[in-house]
Amino acid sequence: MQGDSQALLSVRNLRIEFPTRRGTLVAVDDISFDISPGEILGVVGESGAGKSLTGAAIIGLLEPPGRIAQGEIILEGERIDNLPYEAIRRIRGRRIGAIFQDPLTSLNPLYSVSRQLTETIQTHLPMNDKQARDRALELLDEVGIPGAEERIDHYPHQFSGGMRQRVVIALALCAEPRLIIADEPTTALDVSIQAQIISLLKRLCKDHGTAVMLVTHDMGVIAEAADRVAVMYSGRIAEIGPVQEVVRAAKHPYTHGLMGSIPHIGHHVDQLTQIEGSMPRLQEIPPGCPFNPRCEDVTDRCRVERPNLQPAEHSEVACHLFDGQTAEVQVNE
Amino acid sequence: MNSTAHNDAEPLVSVDGLVRHFDVSAPFLNRLFERLDRSYVKAVDGIDFEIGRGETFSLVGESGCGKSTVARLIVGLYQPSAGSIRYEGVEIGPVEAAADRKRMQPHMQMIFQDPYASLNPRWRVADIVAEPIRVRGLLQGKPEILSRVGDLLSQVGLSPADGDRYPHEFSGGQRQRISIARALAGEPEFLVCDEPTSALDVSVQAQILNLMKELQDRLGLTYLFISHDLAVVYHVSTKVGVMYLGRLVEWADTKTLFENPRHPYTRMLLDAIPDLEMSGRQRIPVAGEVPSPINPPSGCAFHPRCPHAEERCRTEAPEARVYDGVHVSCHAVADGRIG
Repeated sequence: MQGDSQALLSVRNLRIEFPTRRGTLVAVDDISFDISPGEILGVVGESGAGKSLTGAAIIGLLEPPGRIAQGEIILEGERIDNLPYEAIRRIRGRRIGAIFQDPLTSLNPLYSVSRQLTETIQTHLPMNDKQARDRALELLDEVGIPGAEERIDHYPHQFSGGMRQRVVIALALCAEPRLIIADEPTTALDVSIQAQIISLLKRLCKDHGTAVMLVTHDMGVIAEAADRVAVMYSGRIAEIGPVQEVVRAAKHPYTHGLMGSIPHIGHHVDQLTQIEGSMPRLQEIPPGCPFNPRCEDVTDRCRVERPNLQPAEHSEVACHLFDGQTAEVQVNE
Repeated sequence: MNSTAHNDAEPLVSVDGLVRHFDVSAPFLNRLFERLDRSYVKAVDGIDFEIGRGETFSLVGESGCGKSTVARLIVGLYQPSAGSIRYEGVEIGPVEAAADRKRMQPHMQMIFQDPYASLNPRWRVADIVAEPIRVRGLLQGKPEILSRVGDLLSQVGLSPADGDRYPHEFSGGQRQRISIARALAGEPEFLVCDEPTSALDVSVQAQILNLMKELQDRLGLTYLFISHDLAVVYHVSTKVGVMYLGRLVEWADTKTLFENPRHPYTRMLLDAIPDLEMSGRQRIPVAGEVPSPINPPSGCAFHPRCPHAEERCRTEAPEARVYDGVHVSCHAVADGRIG
């Protein structure tokens, strides 16, 4: 499953720290995953789980004092986490595109859409003004903006939320990147628009063979769009595997609780499954398994020993409950 | 009409032809020189519904459909432009006299979406929760009020000692619990909840929804629940109303509405929800976006996006009709063109 040769992006033992006056906070703690070309990897978790930070680290947009303390990020066989600023700036946009949550803040309100698009295109590709404009039109067409010819000279405020998000996607696609980091791309949108944006992302991913890291807190979006999903909790990956398996037969007690706490249309329950308590703050992450204070199946071992990701069926789970199964399921390694 | 399990036939809240327009005209001189007309946002454009005692009535719809405006009209934060709102049969619509409003207000409280913005950051939690008690004069004397506050905090799953802390010391979910405690402090029977869980993570959302249900069972509360999340609405409601551009296109009891949606817009919304069960399924793509409420389309406001639209839909606004307890405003349903 983890053939490094074919992975487009490999994240190895990534650790992100925030040095503060009261000690170092570890926001992302030793996580590893791969994304293959053309694959959509969903990353879910609640606020503060470290999912957005992981995305930011990959595109080199970690805000100081946050820093990568350990680990490697490898894009197409090349290590990119230790590159100087100028070099990562060239990769960002050219080889890795980004889509953020709020389309209004990711567009410059003072520039017309055509100017923002052509500027980005010309930064990354050797094109003259005419070629860049043609390319911009092509992109707007591709992301499904009707009447691109007229709308290209409009300003961001003249577009609706869904159309703005399409413009942002067009911007991310300018240089045909191999990987797109999409951080909550549909969270600010209504369900009907969300559906449109998801199907657009899926189509683009298929047509161009672009890999997508889809960061979201919405399990529904993941189920709809992702091929594989990583569930994060307190800066660690609790479970990673094919989306069908994680959604339908969650293994980690946290994923299981999370799935039960989502109301389903068609299944009437009186009370939703409730995970007691809340995710610990960064300075209060307990030793052992970070989920142990809220876990129903907790044992003494969970309080002292940190579980590592281990294979269980087609997924990998970081939970001591699945220790026994390593012998039976010898799929990997 | 759909009968509810309650003995008193009279609904707790009934809304009749409720209208609220907002004036968004350009300033007077601009209008004069640029020859502009006055323009209005028709946020709520004539809606009727009833909420029975002990029910949870939910309003769903996309942003800008007017659902929050309805919530604010009902609690009296806005005054209606036309129409009436009756509470236990007493009109509270265009309340001019402050005395009238004072009489009605103790019965209702509101819970807001953003637990970060709805609590005063400079007040201690105990003061926040005690405010409705003080304002209403429900209890006299500091010790009595404090013990009531402690009681309320325990009811929502916090500790009485939390009263000494400030809102910033709490997480989003805990803040929403404080908002609920504050709402309960006024001893209301009717709670208007405007997206109470939209700002929360799913596991915390489950805790708050469970808490709200438990309080409803224990205290016999009636809820008006505003949300854009259909799964949440399915979980909490007894009745659901679907809004589109200031109109209620369909309302019915929850089971009927979700199992047999009649209005094309309801069908479209239900189809757009990501489905955890059928992972990877191809959705029927939803066409178009919600038009601006300043110049809504003529006739049925949904006609530009509706697959069943015909000439009549473009010119004539459909009236609400009742079919087996389901209220639907659609020409196609009325003509039997769709189920």
